Amino acid sequence: MSMMRRLVALAFVLSMLVARLVAQPPATIEEFVPIDQLPPSEQLPGGVFVVIAYGFIWIAAMAYLGSIWRRLGRVQNEIETLRQRAETSQR
Amino acid sequence: MTRRLFIPLLVLTAAMFAYAPIVIAQAPFESTMLLVQKIFYFHLPSWLVMFSAIAVCGIASAVYLFKADIRADRIAVSAAEIAVVFGAFGFVTGMLWGRKAWGVWWQWDARLTTALLLELILLAYLVLRRYGGPGSEKLAAGVALFGMADSAIVYKSVDWWRTVHPTTNVMTSLGRTSPEMYGAMLYCSVAFLMLFALLMIVRVGLENRRAELDQLFLAIEEQ
Repeated sequence: MSMMRRLVALAFVLSMLVARLVAQPPATIEEFVPIDQLPPSEQLPGGVFVVIAYGFIWIAAMAYLGSIWRRLGRVQNEIETLRQRAETSQR
Repeated sequence: MTRRLFIPLLVLTAAMFAYAPIVIAQAPFESTMLLVQKIFYFHLPSWLVMFSAIAVCGIASAVYLFKADIRADRIAVSAAEIAVVFGAFGFVTGMLWGRKAWGVWWQWDARLTTALLLELILLAYLVLRRYGGPGSEKLAAGVALFGMADSAIVYKSVDWWRTVHPTTNVMTSLGRTSPEMYGAMLYCSVAFLMLFALLMIVRVGLENRRAELDQLFLAIEEQ
């Protein structure tokens, strides 16, 4: 049992160490770096962000409008079915 | 009245949205952020519509609570749904802009955090309406009033606390410093508000049809 506890404690300490190593923050930049001298991973293309932003709004707005239209169609169908049912029951 | 207005409004809104990329492209570049600043022309109007929708939802909820007007409740639930959608637009565009301008997707500062709370309040309103059962309309109306109160805090948060987000005087200063940018922003804001009006007409129409369906169900059960 004590062996088991020791193993669990060791695993816990090891996992904490691994987590600490993985979570190391990147080295901070101490001085000003001009944007064109940044590493390629830090140079984000502005155009792509603009296209994604506008594209997302267009697609999401259309999808939302479509969802209202679908719901409206469903309710309309239910109304028609109920009206028909009401007419047949009256006869 | 609304049916007669719908088609001209639809045509005008579609034309304005089709021309919007040209207006945005012609607006001058901001000197530090360059191209990514163009997100501003859809980001700010998204929040403008969200705040307008919350105002409509809050006022309609108050009318429903104090006057028991069922039509006000239909307007409130329609406006709440639209507010959530446009809030999502604001968050997505803001995060994309923030990633480029601030270097992070998200920052737990006063503006972003209060805005997230507002979105969650509105989602709570919709969840309550969907799963709350009978009588949830009045509870939801109370939640909407809290949402409306929070929207004022969201708006003023950038003036009251130190945040990474620009303050509210950006708009007034933009009119003086860059009338072309200001013009493009106004154009997009009008287009978004027209889209909001259109969506409200369609969404309230859906609520009216649902009410009609409920009436039919009741009439059949009584037979």
